[in-house]
Amino acid sequence: MTPGGKALAEFVAEATEILDALGRDLLALDEARGQEADPEHINGIFRAAHSLKGLSGLFGQERISHLAHAAEDLLDRLRLGRLTLDDGVLDTLVDALDTFQALLGEASRSEEGQELTQRTRAMEDRMARLGSPPPAVEEDPLERLELDATVRAVFTEYEEHRLRENVRRGVALWRVRAAFDLTDFDQGLADLNARLKPLGEVISTLPSSRPGGANGIAFDLIFGAKVGARALEDGLRGTPAELAPLSVRQPGEGSTGPAFDVPPAPSHEEADAEALLADTDEVEPDEDSEPSVTSTSLATVPVVPGGSPPRMRAVSPPPTVVGLQAAASAPIPAGRPKAEETSLRSLTQTVRVDIGRLDGLINMVGELLLIKANLQRLAETSRQDGTVALSKLFGQELSRETRQLERKLEALQEGLLEARMVPVGQVFDKLARLVRKIAREAGKEIDFVSSGGEVELDKLIVEELSDPLMHLIRNAIDHGAEGPEARLGAGKPRRAVVRLRAEQKGNHVVISVSDDGSGIDEVRVREVALARGLVTPSQVSEMTRRELLNLIFLPGFSTRSSVSSLSGRGVGLDVVKNNLGNLSGIIDVWSERGKGTAFHLTLPVTLAIVRALVVGVSGRTYAVPLNSVLEILSVQPRDIRTVERREVLDLRGQTLPFLRLGRLFHLPEREVNRHFVVVVGLAQQRLGIAVDELFGQQDIVTKPLGGRLSRVKGISGATDLGNRRTVLVLDVAELLEEGIAQERRRA
Amino acid sequence: MKFKVLIVEDSKVSREHIAATVEAVDGVEAVTTASGFEALKLLPRQRFDLIITDINMPDINGLELINFVKKNPNYRDVPLIIVTTEGREQDRSRGMALGAAGYLVKPFQPEDLEALLRRFLKPL
Repeated sequence: MTPGGKALAEFVAEATEILDALGRDLLALDEARGQEADPEHINGIFRAAHSLKGLSGLFGQERISHLAHAAEDLLDRLRLGRLTLDDGVLDTLVDALDTFQALLGEASRSEEGQELTQRTRAMEDRMARLGSPPPAVEEDPLERLELDATVRAVFTEYEEHRLRENVRRGVALWRVRAAFDLTDFDQGLADLNARLKPLGEVISTLPSSRPGGANGIAFDLIFGAKVGARALEDGLRGTPAELAPLSVRQPGEGSTGPAFDVPPAPSHEEADAEALLADTDEVEPDEDSEPSVTSTSLATVPVVPGGSPPRMRAVSPPPTVVGLQAAASAPIPAGRPKAEETSLRSLTQTVRVDIGRLDGLINMVGELLLIKANLQRLAETSRQDGTVALSKLFGQELSRETRQLERKLEALQEGLLEARMVPVGQVFDKLARLVRKIAREAGKEIDFVSSGGEVELDKLIVEELSDPLMHLIRNAIDHGAEGPEARLGAGKPRRAVVRLRAEQKGNHVVISVSDDGSGIDEVRVREVALARGLVTPSQVSEMTRRELLNLIFLPGFSTRSSVSSLSGRGVGLDVVKNNLGNLSGIIDVWSERGKGTAFHLTLPVTLAIVRALVVGVSGRTYAVPLNSVLEILSVQPRDIRTVERREVLDLRGQTLPFLRLGRLFHLPEREVNRHFVVVVGLAQQRLGIAVDELFGQQDIVTKPLGGRLSRVKGISGATDLGNRRTVLVLDVAELLEEGIAQERRRA
Repeated sequence: MKFKVLIVEDSKVSREHIAATVEAVDGVEAVTTASGFEALKLLPRQRFDLIITDINMPDINGLELINFVKKNPNYRDVPLIIVTTEGREQDRSRGMALGAAGYLVKPFQPEDLEALLRRFLKPL
C-alpha cells in the first residue's frame, strides 16, 4: 500500500485519535499517582498502543510501528501484572506519548529527521530496560477457581490475568447470566454493564447460543464483585440477570475440582462454554466461609475468602484538579533527551460533527430546494408572460420567496458555523498533561484547575490557541508560582494553583490563565524595559501600573536576566500576543505583587463568517468587523479636542482616543462638517475611528492578503462585497494598539 | 452469486484495508462491522461464507466470537480467519484451538489474504 496524500491524511487522522485516547487514559493514571491503578486505564493505553502498531504497520510507518511495538510490550507486561506501575514507568509513558506525537508530526509532513529517529531508539531502549523481576512463582491462583477449561479457552491472555488477579486478591467471583432479545441486546448489555461497573469488574463477556432460541441471545459475564452478595442483588434488581457464584478454594488447599490443564471429562456432550460452573458438588465447603451453593437463585452467597480492598474511583467533577508532586522525589533522569517542546496543535484538519447537526443541515438544503422550485416556477411564468407587465401579485410572491430564501440561507450559514465549533476542552486536556511535566522540571508543586472546557470555539481558533496557552501556562509555573518553601515562608499554602478558565461573553470567549504566585514586579519591568531601550525615561515616568505591566508584551522583553531552559526558548510574550492578534483576539494582563498574575485572552467565537460594518473614508470603502463595534457617534469637528498633542473625544465623561482613518492610511482628507465615529473595543480598550460615510452591514468572509500587503498595519485582509467589489477589512486589534502606541509616543 | 465475507475489526483503517483486499477478488463481497456485538447481530440475518475477525476488540473478544460461531449449529461450518498483530501467539493458538481455520499477522500482504480466500471459498 503506497501512502498517497489521502491515505497519509487518513493515517494521521486515525493515529491522532488513538493518541488522544491514549493521552486521556494516561492522564487518568497520572491523576491517580500513588493509588492503585484502574486496570481499565492500563488496558486502554495498551489497546491504543496495539492499534497504533497495527495502523502504522499498515501504512509503512516504520518508526511509529517500532516504538508502538516497544510500548505495547511494556504495557502488556504492565497489564499482565509482570511490571508494577511506578513513577518511572509512568514518566516513561508520558515521554513516549511526546515522542509519538513528534513522530506523527514528522510523518504528516513526510519527513524523517535523524534526531527524532535517535530519540525514538533511545525511547525504545528505555522502555525495554524498565522492569522489575517477576513476583515469586507460587501456585497459580487460577487453579483454585472452579471454572470449566472450555470457558478458560476463550479468555484472552489479558482476561485470564484479570481473573487470576481477582482470585489472588480474594474477590468474590460471580457468573452473571442474562438473556436478551437479539434486536437490542447491545443496549441491554450496556445497561447491565452500567449497573455492574460501580459494583466491581466485568472480567469477560461470553455470548452463548443457548438458551436464546431464534430471537434471543444469552450472555455470561464473569464478574469480580467488590460488594457483598446482598448489594449485588439489589444493584441488579429489575434486570434479566441471574447470579451464580464461582467457587474458589482457599490457597494451599488440595485441588478438589478439575485442574485447568486437565482436559475436561467428556462426560457431557455439551462440555462447552455454557457449562461455566464446574460441578460444585465436588467442592468441599470451607470452614470459615459460607457453604457454596449450586443454585442460580439470587439468594446465593458466594465464597468470600477475604474482603476485597476498597477501590475508590476518582470522580472528576468540573473543575478538574490535577495533583502534582515536586521534582525532589523524582529527579529528571539524566541523559534523557531534552524533549523539544512539541506543539500541541493537532495534526488533522478533521472536525467531528454530531450527526444531529448534519441532519439539520440536510433538512435545510431540502427546504432550499423547495424555494428554488418556487422561484423556478415564477421565472417560468414571467418568461411565458414576457410581454405582459408583471402583476403586483407576482411581485409580492417573488419577494416572499426571496425573503424565505434569505432566512433559510441564514439558518444554513449558522448551522455550518456551528458544525465548525469544537469544545475548547480539547486543548485543555492536552495542557493538563503538560502541566505535570513542566512542574516536575521546575521543581514546583502545582494544582492545576481547569474549567469551562465545554465552551465552544471555531476549530481553527482552538487549534491556534494551544501554543499561546502552553506558553502562558509554562510562564505561570516557571515564573509565577514560587517553590514550596518560598510559599510557606510567605504564609501561603505549600502548593501553588494554576487556573485555566474559559467563559463565553456574548460574541467573545474569554480564556484566562492565572496563578496565585508572586505576581509581576512592575519596578523590575520598568528597569528592564529601560535597560533594553524599549522605552525612554520620560515615557515610563508617566506610565500607570497597568501600562508598565503591558510592557512585557514588547518584543525583546524578558524579565529573567538569564534565559531559563524552561520558558526562555526565544519565544516571548510578544509572540503570544501576535498569535492572538492573528485570531482577532487580544491579551490583557492583571497582576498584584504577592497575590498572583492573570492573563485574559479575548477571542471571537468564529473567524469564518463575520458581520461587518461597511464604511467609506476619502472615497474608499472598508469593512469593520461588527463584533468589535460598540456604537456609532456623529460628531462635529469642534467636539474633537487635543490633549497632549493627541486627538480625543469626550464620551459620556470618558476620554476616548480618536483616530482618523484617512490620516492613518495617508489618504487625502476631505473637509467635512461632521464625522461618523465608529467606537470599537476589545476587552477594556476603546477607540473612536473617524470615517466619512456609513454604508450598512454585510456578512463577509475575510481572505488574508498575500505578500508584502500582509504586513500593512491596521488591515487584516480583504473581502468581496458582491458586485465584484473587493474591499479591505480593518484589523481592530491592531488599530487599538496603534491608539495605545500613540499614547505611548506622546511627550 | 457472490461469496459474502464478514469482516470484524475495530480499527477503521485496518477494516477498510481488509475489505478493499477482499473486494479486489472477483466474486467476493465484503460486509464490515466494527465490533463483536454487531457481528452477533448480523449473523442470524445474513448468510456468510467466511468470517475474518480481529482478536482484541472492545466488547467481546474475537476468541469469544469464534467460540460462539463454532458452537452454534447454524454457523459452525463458516470458516473463520483470525487477524492479529505479531506477538500475540497465545491468543492466536487459542483461536486456532477453538476452531479458526487460519490466521493472518498484521501487517500482511494482500496476496496472503487472497490465498486464504481462495483456500476457503470454493470454487473461486
